Amino acid sequence: MLERAIPAPFSDYEVGTAYDEMFRANGRARQHYKALYTKLLNLPADELMRSKQEADLSFFNQGITFTVYGREEGTERIFPHDLLPRIVPAAEWDTIEKGLTQRITALNLFLKDIYNERKILRDGIIPGEVIYTCKHFRRQMRGVKVPRDVYVSVCGTDLIRLPSGEFVVLEDNLRVPSGVSYMLTSRKVMKQTFPILFRKCGVRPIEQYSQALLSTLRSLAPEGRSSLTIVLLTPGVYNSAYFEHTFLARQMGIELVEGRDLVIHDNIVYMRTTSGLQRVDVIYRRVDDDFLDPLTFRADSELGAPGLFNAYRAGNVVLANALGTGVADDKAIYAYVPKMIQYYLGEAPILNNVETFLMTNDTEREHVCANLDKYVVKAVGESGGYGMLIGPHSSKQQQEEFRERIMDQPRNYIAQPTLALSTAPCFTDDGRIEPRHVDLRPYVLFGEKVTIVPGGLTRVALRKGSLVVNSSQGGGSKDTWVLQS
Amino acid sequence: MLSRVADSLYWMSRYFERATHSSRVLEANYSLMLNPGKLSTEQRWQNIMSHLGLPSDATRIEPQAAIVKLMSDNQLPASIVSCITLARENASQVREQISSEMWERLNQLYHEVVQTAANMYDDSDVLRLFMALREGGYKFIGVTDASMNHGEGWHFIQLGKYIERTSALPLLLDAVFSAQEGADDLDWVGLLTSCSAFEAYCKVYTADLKPEHVAEFLLLNSEFPYTARYSTEKMQEALEAIQRTAPGRKFTQIERIAGRMHASLAYAQIDNIMSRDFERFLASIIEQCQSLHAALHEAYIDYPIESAFEA
Repeated sequence: MLERAIPAPFSDYEVGTAYDEMFRANGRARQHYKALYTKLLNLPADELMRSKQEADLSFFNQGITFTVYGREEGTERIFPHDLLPRIVPAAEWDTIEKGLTQRITALNLFLKDIYNERKILRDGIIPGEVIYTCKHFRRQMRGVKVPRDVYVSVCGTDLIRLPSGEFVVLEDNLRVPSGVSYMLTSRKVMKQTFPILFRKCGVRPIEQYSQALLSTLRSLAPEGRSSLTIVLLTPGVYNSAYFEHTFLARQMGIELVEGRDLVIHDNIVYMRTTSGLQRVDVIYRRVDDDFLDPLTFRADSELGAPGLFNAYRAGNVVLANALGTGVADDKAIYAYVPKMIQYYLGEAPILNNVETFLMTNDTEREHVCANLDKYVVKAVGESGGYGMLIGPHSSKQQQEEFRERIMDQPRNYIAQPTLALSTAPCFTDDGRIEPRHVDLRPYVLFGEKVTIVPGGLTRVALRKGSLVVNSSQGGGSKDTWVLQS
Repeated sequence: MLSRVADSLYWMSRYFERATHSSRVLEANYSLMLNPGKLSTEQRWQNIMSHLGLPSDATRIEPQAAIVKLMSDNQLPASIVSCITLARENASQVREQISSEMWERLNQLYHEVVQTAANMYDDSDVLRLFMALREGGYKFIGVTDASMNHGEGWHFIQLGKYIERTSALPLLLDAVFSAQEGADDLDWVGLLTSCSAFEAYCKVYTADLKPEHVAEFLLLNSEFPYTARYSTEKMQEALEAIQRTAPGRKFTQIERIAGRMHASLAYAQIDNIMSRDFERFLASIIEQCQSLHAALHEAYIDYPIESAFEA
C-alpha cells in the first residue's frame, strides 16, 4: 500500500496486490506510462470530464451501441468506454504476438487432426472422450476438406496479466468472436481526444484491420473463381452485435446478408439480388454453428440457409470460421492446449495457460469441491461470463448448488484459481482516477499468413473491485496502445 | 442490390408516404370541421375517414375522436403511428444502406409521434402532431434527396413513394366526388389542401374553384409533385433507372403496365374522363398500381429460382 506517494489526481490511487499497468509497487509510473502520467498531472479534472463527455457523445452519434437483452426489444445502450488508454510496450507485445501465432497455429493443426486422422487421441495426449463429449464437436465435419486447412481464421484470445507481470491465456474464442468494432471506433475517438499525446507516444496503427480481414477471407476462396463475392452473414437486426456486423460490412465494402437472402441450388450458394441470383464464394459468418443450416443442425433455426452445409462440404463455398471450431475453445479442452503446442510444433508454449482443474479428474475434483470458496468454476461450453461461480464472492448456497452440478456433470465444469487480474488507471464517473481490473483481447487473423493488428480490446471491470469484464455484465472497454519502441 | 434490401427500402418509403398522406388529409379536414355546419354526418366526411382506413363500424364516432383514432391507435394498421412505426422498422433493417441523416430524421420523427400519440389530451396535441409530420415529412424527403447516393436503392425509395401516392389519390377523389352534391368552395379547398395543392392550383386556375378543374389539376397536371401524372412519370423514371442496373434482365410486363398508366394520364382530357364513368377511371388507376406492385415484387424481390436460371 502507498501513502501519499503519488500526487494528485492520483492521491486516492491504491496499488493493491494485483499488477498495476501504470504504477510500480513503489508508486512510480512505469517508463512507458510516463507521457500519459505527466499529461494527467497537468490536466485540470474538468478538462478530462469534458473530454469524457465529448467522447461519449461521439460514440452515441456514431451509433456504437449494443442491444441489452431482457428489456424491451431493441433497447440500445452505448458501450461504456474509459478515457485513459492502456499502454503496452513493444517488447511485451512482441512476446504476445509470437505466443498468439504459435497458439493459433497449434489450434488449427489440432482441429485438422481431430476431424481427420485423430493422431493426438491415438497417441494418448488427449483422451478421446473429452472430444466426443464436447457439445461443440461436429461429427459432420469429419473428413471435410477445409481450404488451406484453416479452421479458425478469426480468433479473439483473452489474455490476463498475473501479479508477476506475466501475460497468460484465459480463454480462446474460436467461434464468432466479437468486439473488434469497439477496438476500431475507440481508436478513432482517442485520436481526437489525445492527439498530441498519441503522436508523442508513438502508437502503432490498427486501422488496417478491415483490409487484413478482407485479404484473409479472400485468401481462403475456392480456386479458379475469377471475381469473388464475399459476404458477411448476420443473424439480423436483433443480434447484440448487429452494429459490429454493419460496421465491418461497410468497412470492407461487402454485402451484409441474412440467411433468408441466401438460396442454395445444386450445392451452390447464391444471394438473391435485384439483378438476379449472384453466386457467393466466401461467407464470413457471424451466426453460430447450430443455426447455420436447418437441414444439418437445428431444424428450428430461421437464421441460416437450408443446404448451406452440403454446399460447404462440396467445396463450393467457404465458411469462416469453419464449422466445429468450438471444440477447441471448450474450457476442458483448453487445459490441453499447452500439450497440443508441444505435440504439434515441438515447442514450449510462449504464453502459458491459467492453471486449470478438470472436474473429470477425481483428485482434482475432490480438492476443488472442498475449497469452492477459493476457486472460479466455469461451465465449459459457455462464454460471455455466464454459468460462472466466483468462489470468494459467492454465498454458501451458491457453492452448494455448484457442488451438486459438478458432481452431476463433471465433464461440464472446470475450475481455476481466483486470479487477480492486473489493474489500470480509469477515469471514474465522479471525476477521479482509480485502478480497475482489465484483460486484453487481441484479434488474430489466419489466412495465407497470421496477422495480428498491434492492439486489441482492453476490457475493464468498471465496478470497483469487480473481476468481471464482460460487456453483458457491466464491463467497458479502453483503447490499447501498443508502442513502436 | 440484395432483394431484401430493395424491398425494405420500398416499404420504408411507402409507409412513410402513407403516414404523411393521412396526416395531410386529416389536417385539412380538421380545419374544415371547425366551421359551423360542417357536420360529421356528411357522406363526404365518412367517405374520407373510411378511405384512410377507419373501420366502417367506427365511421359514426364523433369527428374529433375519429381523427385521434386515425392518428394514434397503434392497434389500427392504417393509423399514422402504425405507419411511422413500420417505416422505421423497415429502415432499421437497412441502416447501413441509407444515410445516417435519413435514419436520424426518421428516428426523431418516430419518437415524437409515438410520444405525442401516447398522451393525446386535447386539440393542441392533435395540432402538434400535424405539424411534426408536416415538418418531419419534408425534412425526410429533403435529406433523402440530398444525402443519399441516387443509385438503385434511392430509385426503390422513389418507386415506393410514388406508387403509394398514386394509389391513394384516386380513393381520396372518389370519396369527395361520389358525394359532391352540396359541396361548397370550402370542400374543394379541403380536397386541394389534402394534397398540399391549394396554392399550386391557384397559380394555374386562380382561386376559381370548379370540380372539373380540381380533378384536372390533381390527376393530369405534369408539374406538381402530388398529382397522378407527375407521380407516374417519376415511377417510370425510377423503373428505367433500376432496369439499367441489370441490363440482362428485361421485364416487359412492368414496362407495359407503367407505360400504359402513364399514357392514360398524359394523353387524357378531363371532360372525356368526367363525362364517362369517372368512378371506373379512378378505380383503374388503383388497379394498375396494384398490378405494377405485384409485377415488381415478382421481378425483383421474390422471383422463382427457376426464372433466375433461365436468364
